[in-house]
This record gives sequence, C-alpha cells and structure tokens, in this order.
Amino acid sequence: MIEMTGLTKRYGDKTAVDGLTVTVRPGVVTGFLGPNGAGKSTTMRLILGLDRPTKGSVTVNGRRYDQLPAPLHEVGALLEARSVHSGRSARNHLLALAASHGIGASRVDALLELVGLTEVARKRVGAFSLGMGQRLGIAAALLGDPAVLLFDEPANGLDPEGIRWIRQLLRRLSSEGRTVFVSSHVMSEMALTADHLIVVGRGRLMADMPVEEFVRRGTRHEVRVRSPRLSDLVALVQGPDVSVRPVGDGAVEIDGMPSEAIGELAASHGIPLHELAPIGASLEEAFIDMTGDAVEYHAEVAE
Amino acid sequence: MTAATAATVERRSPLDGVRVTFPRILRAEWVRFRSLRSSWITLGITVALIIGLAALACWGRASHWPPHDRGELLSFNPTLQSIGPGAIFGQLAVGVLGVLLVTGEYATGMVRATMAAVPRRLPVLIARTVVFALLMLAVLVPSVFAAFFLGQDLLSAKHIDTTIGAPHVLRAVFGAGIYLVGIGLLGMGLGWLLRHTAGAIASLFGILLILPLLVHFLPSPWPDNVTKWLPGGVDGTAGVAVWNTHQGAHSFGPWTGFGVLMAYVAIVLVAAAAMLRTRDV
Repeated sequence: MIEMTGLTKRYGDKTAVDGLTVTVRPGVVTGFLGPNGAGKSTTMRLILGLDRPTKGSVTVNGRRYDQLPAPLHEVGALLEARSVHSGRSARNHLLALAASHGIGASRVDALLELVGLTEVARKRVGAFSLGMGQRLGIAAALLGDPAVLLFDEPANGLDPEGIRWIRQLLRRLSSEGRTVFVSSHVMSEMALTADHLIVVGRGRLMADMPVEEFVRRGTRHEVRVRSPRLSDLVALVQGPDVSVRPVGDGAVEIDGMPSEAIGELAASHGIPLHELAPIGASLEEAFIDMTGDAVEYHAEVAE
Repeated sequence: MTAATAATVERRSPLDGVRVTFPRILRAEWVRFRSLRSSWITLGITVALIIGLAALACWGRASHWPPHDRGELLSFNPTLQSIGPGAIFGQLAVGVLGVLLVTGEYATGMVRATMAAVPRRLPVLIARTVVFALLMLAVLVPSVFAAFFLGQDLLSAKHIDTTIGAPHVLRAVFGAGIYLVGIGLLGMGLGWLLRHTAGAIASLFGILLILPLLVHFLPSPWPDNVTKWLPGGVDGTAGVAVWNTHQGAHSFGPWTGFGVLMAYVAIVLVAAAAMLRTRDV
C-alpha cells in the first residue's frame, strides 16, 4: 500500500508533482499513466525517498520510506534511469545490494535465473543491452521479495517477447497480493496489464479509477449518419441525452444513441440511410483527450 | 479490496525479518569495493608508485654517490629518499581512488540503487569511509615499509642507508602510510561533496599541488605561515610533517600536522554528510 497525501515536488519554479493524493492498493496492478514529463518518474523517486517532497507526504505500508527497517523487503523498484555501476558484474551488483539486508547469494542466483541472466551473470553490466539491463533492474527490484513493487516504464528496451514476459510477471506479482505500481506513457500497454489507473498530466491527478470505468467514461460512442432526409431523422432522435453535430457533406454525428436504435428508428419511419457508422474512440484517444492539454512538450502537426 | 488486503496480510516471505544493520552495510561496501576492477587497478598503481619510486630514487642515488652538489649532499636523507617520491605521487593515485569510489556511483546512477537500499544514507557514507580507511591502512602502510626496506637495501651499497630504529624513522615510515590514507579520505570526502569525478579530482589536485604554489606568491612571512596550515601535498604543509624525520623551521610537529590534515578530512566529511542528508539523490 502506497499513500500519497498532497504530494508536491518543485525544482526551482517548475512544479513536477502537484498535490497528488492517491492510494495505491495491494492485490491489483495499478497503472500510472501520463505523457512524458507528467511527473511519473519524480513521483517514483519521491516514494523511494530519493527526492524529498516540497510539500505533502508519501508512505509505504504506513511508514515513510526512510523509516523502513528493511527497505528492499518492503519496496522493490525498477527506475527508468539506469541505477547500476557499469563496471560491476550483474551478480556482484545484486550481491552488493543483498548484503546490506543480509540476503544470501542463493537468492541472488535464483533471481538471475528467473530473469534469464544466469549465462551473463559474471559479465560487466556495461556490456549489457538495454533489455538485459532492464532484466537486471527487475531482478534487483524482486531481490528482497517485497510487498510493494514500483516499475517505471518497465517495457523500455524490451522486445515483444520481453514485454509479454513482464506483463505476465506483473499480473503474477499482483495475484500474490503485492502492490504493483507500474508507470507507462503507452495507454494500450496499460489496458492489457493494469486493473486500476492513475492518470497524471503536468504533475496533477487527472483520473483515479478502475480501467473498465476509464474505458467506459473515456470512450465516445458516436454514430455517423448520412441520409437524404437528414432533418427528419434528426427531429426523431432529439432527446435530453442525445446531441447531434453536423459534420458537413450531408452527415451528422449523433452522440448518446447506439447505432442499432438509430437504424431501427429510421427503418420504422421509412427514412433511407446512406451511412450508419459507429465511431468508437480508442482507449488511446481517451487518454489523449484527457491529457492533451497537459502535455509538456508536443509536436505541432502540420495541417 | 478487502480480499486484496487480506492477501497482503497472509503473504509470507522467507525473507520476513531481514533488517538493514550497520555491519551488513559495511559488508555491502566491501562487496562493492571488491567487485570493481577499477578499484584494484588504481590501488595497484598506488602500491607500484610507492615501491617502484623508492627503488628508482634509491638506486639512482646510490649510483651517483657522492653528489657533486654540496647542498644535495647536506640535505640527503635516506628515509625521505626511499618513501618521499612514493608519498608524493602515491597521494595523487590514492586520492583519485577515494574520489572514484563515490563519484563512480553518481556517474553511473548506481547511487540511486544504493540509497534506495539504505535510505537513511548516512550509514552508507560512514561504512564506505570505514571500509576504505581500513583497507588502505592494511595495504598502504605495509607498502611504505616495503618501500623503506627496499630503498635502504639499495642505499646500503654505498653505506648511506639508515635503519628503522634510528630516531624518528619508524614514525616517519608509518606516518607516510597513514598520510596516504588521510589523502585518500580527503578525496572520498570531496567526492561525496561534489559528486562529479572531474570536479572532485580537480579540487583535490588543486588543494595538494596548486594551492601551495599560489601561497608562494604572497609577501613574506605569509608563505610559511599559510603553507603550514595547508592539509598536505608538498613539503612544509601540515600533513607532510608526519612522514618527515626532521621538523621544518616553520612546520607543525609530526602529530600536530597530521591532526590538522585529519581535521580537514573531518570537516569535508561532515559537510558532505550534511549535504547527503538534505540533497536529492
């Protein structure tokens, strides 16, 4: 369980995290979603006590991170930025971290096996590919068999096989009753992995809800209709929950009524339809709709 | 939600009950040192400089004895002939090692993993200082003794050698060893304080080599009075007194001088510790 209360971090006059109040619960995968620069990594650093909050607080299992008697046993973290000395072997990297907690070499070897690095365990980390580095980071996160796991953009640098592997790993870890908090800027990845979503933009909380609810709320159900007797049809569908938007070319987009209902209504009044097309917005679009104004840096798309 | 909470409560781990303790942090720091090839290379260079330069300087002296220059003849000191060059050049190597053991972690990002494992941070600084100091004592003090005995052996060809039992010699030889440890710790402290390899090494070399030169531009009697307060680096500075058999006219005594050096080390480490606690990693 991670609890943030009014968590705020400023660097100079730039506010990276702005009053986040969120609880991340055990037993589910919580996706932490936001565009680049939304404050996801800073939030992770604040949870781990690497950065001190400007205001507010964050606790893990009820305690500030730096008060935990065995931090690696309570929280395992894979940070986005590399956190390994390139001159050390993978095994020695884990051994050094394990030694501070009295965790033995057998556990280190078991984890190297789990992430598939046994073959290269004694090679210098500097020679590792991005994907291998990511696997070592995951081994480090799991080292203390922690109840809470933080993964900052875990899919970075992994091939499709690796991404599937990490998705299954996250699901398994949460099914074991752990708190799994995983950040991403890719909505579709989150839709496959997460049960719950926390969405941030420019450091502010934009949504905190189950994935299904996010999908339901965020997704538009508009229907594009074209008909020679458009005005008659529009008069028929009018209602308090329905809005109609002309889009030119003799077509309208009707929001608030499913395509089946529109089609049947038209048929029963003998109105011919030239087009009846549901326009479903994807999750990706829902995410962009929500965070569009909050994107820190975005490219102007030429018309 | 209730079910999920219950699952957490029930979750049992074979690692339940593990704790971070100071002896374990010490062990972790030893594993860190041991597992970096670059630490051993830098330490090897330090030892090679201490012993190699003693051999070179004493062999060279014995081959050209007596010197034509009368001043050189009068100032000849068999102890310094053997341990001096190694201390002067070895201090740069051990200082760099001290810097790298800290800034290497900042440069690679390892420091994030380190501080996430020990978020109270301060025990890491203390443990690394202790491990480094003990290891350097164990390696460098014997190295300086080896340099001394090797040097005297070479000088004995012209019967210009001294013995470890001669006045102040034992203290000077041991002193050179602990002086080098002190400079290594100064480098480590600067590493914690500045967090960048280049900046910390430049500062260390500036303190040891440039500062004493600059002081010489001051009007008399300032150079002598200021130099004796400098931590070390060249003849006349505080730290160097502990490995000289003769006390300079303006210098501190050997142990006072060494105390001044260690006071600088303590100031830098305390400042670094204070910064470490408050700064973001």
